[in-house]
Amino acid sequence: MPYEPVIGLEVHAQLLTETKIFCSCSTQFGAEPNSHTCPVCMGMPGVLPVLNRKVVEYTMKMALATHCRINEACNFARKNYFYPDLPKGYQISQYAQPLSEHGYVDIELDGGKKRIGITRIHMEEDAGKLLHDEHLPSSYVDLNRTGVPLIEIVSEPDMRSTDEAVAYLKRLHEILVYLEICDGNMEEGSFRCDANVSLRPRGEMMFGTRTELKNMNSFRNVQRALDYEIKRQQCILESGQDVIQETRLWDDSKGETQSMRGKEEAHDYRYFPDPDLVPIVIDNAWTEEMKKSLPELPLEKRERFIRDYQIPPYDAGVLTSSRALAGYFEEVARLSGKPKIASNWVMGDVLRFLNEEKRDIKECPVLPGSLAEMIQLIEDGTISGKMAKDIIVEMYRTGKSPQAVIEEKGMIQITDEGTLEKTVAEVIAANPTQLAQYRGGKEKLFGYFVGQVMKATQGKANPQLINELLKEMLAKE
Amino acid sequence: MEDILELTIAQIRELLQKRKISSVELTNYFLERIKRFDGDISSYIKVTEEYALKMAGDADKKIADGENGQLLGIPLGIKDIYCTKGIETTCASRILKGFIPPYDATIIRRLKDEGYVHLGRLNMDEFAMGSSTETSYFGITRNPWDLERIPGGSSGGSAAAVAADECIASIGSDTGGSIRQPAALCGVVGMKPTYGRVSRFGLIAFASSLDQIGPFTKDVEDCAIMMNAIAGYDPRESTSVPLNVPDYTEFISRGIGGWKVGIPKEYFIEGIHPDIEKAMQRAITTVEGLGATCVEISLPHTEYCLAVYYIIAPAEASSNLARYDGVKYGFRPQGSIDLLDMYKKTRSAGFGAEVKRRIMIGTYALSSGYYDAYYKKASQVRALIKRDFTEAFTLCDAILTPTSPTPAFKIGEKMDDPLQMYLSDIFTISTNLAGIPGISVPCGFTKDGLPIGAQFLAGHFEEGKLIQIASAFEKYANIEKRRPAL
Ligand SMILES: [Zn+2]
Repeated sequence: MPYEPVIGLEVHAQLLTETKIFCSCSTQFGAEPNSHTCPVCMGMPGVLPVLNRKVVEYTMKMALATHCRINEACNFARKNYFYPDLPKGYQISQYAQPLSEHGYVDIELDGGKKRIGITRIHMEEDAGKLLHDEHLPSSYVDLNRTGVPLIEIVSEPDMRSTDEAVAYLKRLHEILVYLEICDGNMEEGSFRCDANVSLRPRGEMMFGTRTELKNMNSFRNVQRALDYEIKRQQCILESGQDVIQETRLWDDSKGETQSMRGKEEAHDYRYFPDPDLVPIVIDNAWTEEMKKSLPELPLEKRERFIRDYQIPPYDAGVLTSSRALAGYFEEVARLSGKPKIASNWVMGDVLRFLNEEKRDIKECPVLPGSLAEMIQLIEDGTISGKMAKDIIVEMYRTGKSPQAVIEEKGMIQITDEGTLEKTVAEVIAANPTQLAQYRGGKEKLFGYFVGQVMKATQGKANPQLINELLKEMLAKE
Repeated sequence: MEDILELTIAQIRELLQKRKISSVELTNYFLERIKRFDGDISSYIKVTEEYALKMAGDADKKIADGENGQLLGIPLGIKDIYCTKGIETTCASRILKGFIPPYDATIIRRLKDEGYVHLGRLNMDEFAMGSSTETSYFGITRNPWDLERIPGGSSGGSAAAVAADECIASIGSDTGGSIRQPAALCGVVGMKPTYGRVSRFGLIAFASSLDQIGPFTKDVEDCAIMMNAIAGYDPRESTSVPLNVPDYTEFISRGIGGWKVGIPKEYFIEGIHPDIEKAMQRAITTVEGLGATCVEISLPHTEYCLAVYYIIAPAEASSNLARYDGVKYGFRPQGSIDLLDMYKKTRSAGFGAEVKRRIMIGTYALSSGYYDAYYKKASQVRALIKRDFTEAFTLCDAILTPTSPTPAFKIGEKMDDPLQMYLSDIFTISTNLAGIPGISVPCGFTKDGLPIGAQFLAGHFEEGKLIQIASAFEKYANIEKRRPAL
């Protein structure tokens, strides 16, 4: 029987605020354990939370970027459970009244577009970390991460394949990074994903029993874990057995999901509105202000690039994969006035150099102005495209302008007809055999003469001019 | 120096400023009295002698430099519920034994800014859960008027210390009557301000939506002075209200001519002690003698107050007390085999019976499947109780009720009957549910010589009105001045 997977994702994204959600401690990653803590985030007796307004604004941005409805009033709730990384014994989260609901994002697949529903986006605080000593029967608690602001983005169970799930995840990731509200680092845990997966016979309306997958800290792992889990559930169903509702952890080294059974008892979190915090009221003016602050989003940008710059969808996709890259390209396009050529250089040489060194576009030694200048030098014939290929290597290596590189290397293209005529005449005179063959009808030898002229001019000759002169002079008796 | 115990903050402040007495002398005087009398009363969990004398010395220097804080050099007792930097703060619980906060509660900061002297930590019911100061891990506090009786609670130590002149004034907290009921039972003045008026930051939480902080004093003027020192907006508390604070001493001796004073019919119920009923009749006469008119009003949802309170307060407490898990601070027993075992051992041995009872009630009320029937319903009824008061205050300027249905009861009398114990707060709980301010002032004695308190209530942020009516009442009620025989 053909089965259809049903997938819903819960994404936790750490927000890039400078301070924590309810105190003024730094959110910086990687500091000495417990150095970014205070009585508030350590859950000491009597302390009280005060909401960081930036967290609300960042969450509003994500809500607006994903077409969610922003609720006029929302509040925080306490999620009660015991764990040593949770110093208050409850996590401050949102429950009955989240900040935003009912949104969507569109994903692009080979077969076209698909809309994935977003159930809700809400704010909450992160928990700390436990460090286990392998030799002692004890654990250490690091509360630096406690109180770092998170948003939780819950999707509808709208995805029907691993590819859709990964495409959705990448889309969310791209938007968060575009909005500059999350650094998107999956390995450091600033972008985390849990998945709910179930299978049902194709055509069936009812959902099957689902499992929840955790611990997938890269896009690749999400892909692998989902593929594995879909196959696992399919085997169970095909053998006539039932899938057990449970949480399963992805084990990267073994390449399989494993049951957390026993550890995960059914939790009753006893949610209730946090009496230490007041409801957040969001009026139209605030929403409008946030709307105005939104940058152009990746999908809109992509469509604009295709339309305005006449570049292929694939190239537009690559160029808009980050706000910085898109900005770089647009700057080169604007300064050179040649968007298509600019796109070729950025997509080709610039990205290749950067990828080889795993550098970001923000660190690119070739400034947009330099690249634009180089494109113009090709356009006005000062250098050839072939010369440019060498020049840009130097520009990338040294950070120098194309003019400087050209001067240093003496790479000016010979465009003076008189000088070149002389060289062409010399080349023809030095190759009487080839000349005779050419005139005898072996026209392929034209290329041979071009090569000889190039060699004689060390590649500096304007190829178009060579062609013209050769044609003319070879024809002369 | 025996006459010092007759003096109020207002009077002692003058002596200090005129250098008739130094803060160190004053502090030593109270330290002496504590040594002499507190063995019987046990109002203090801990006396911070060295700390107090250092603060007194600093205050004397400041006085010499011409500084003039509102409480400069005044020795106060502090309920052991306020986090105080460098001073063990236990909330009268074993689970916080040894906990030394690295920060000051906002109220402690404010008192420090005014130059107070910290005499010591006053006893209370464990985590402020109780009406008799019998649930403290550090033992019971006795009523100075009758050592066989309780001082009320949960701020029993704060009330008893002022009644026994073991400090000039003290600070307590009130979640369902924990300031006003012990003030009544010990014959002193006690005020619970409006929710949001005095910062809760650093007050160890019992029930966050109900907890408020307030003073115990010998008279209403001192109450106004203390309120001037502690009231005001605090950006560290989200529920703190950014309103200007008036000078409360300006409300003293303004009189209440032409006022309407509401007498809620639901508060004069069966089971009120007959002497208290008589005292209330006299109080009504006094109020009318001051030129006010007493009008009968109705607070129709009064009968639900106790039930609503005993859902909301334990529910919030069950969550507030989750942080005491043995992981970070305070008490943790040795020899746990794993994490769950450590949690169980810590909380089983760390909390007393009443605290556990309330954690269990609260956990139950919030459980899935019960939330709507209990917590949600209680929150809805709470809104109705609040509305009762809003409507009542369209008909009157203030409300007069007994503070407690009975005078101080015998030690142990209600410990086995939580429901009877909970009834002690029947007249004070509604105030916390509505968030309005209330004050208890002495209003006479029972035939057996036990103090009786009258409670005045006013609308949100109208503490000034309470000072106004309570000071007028205090002046004209002609309450016999007595001191407990120690
Ligand atoms: Zn902090």
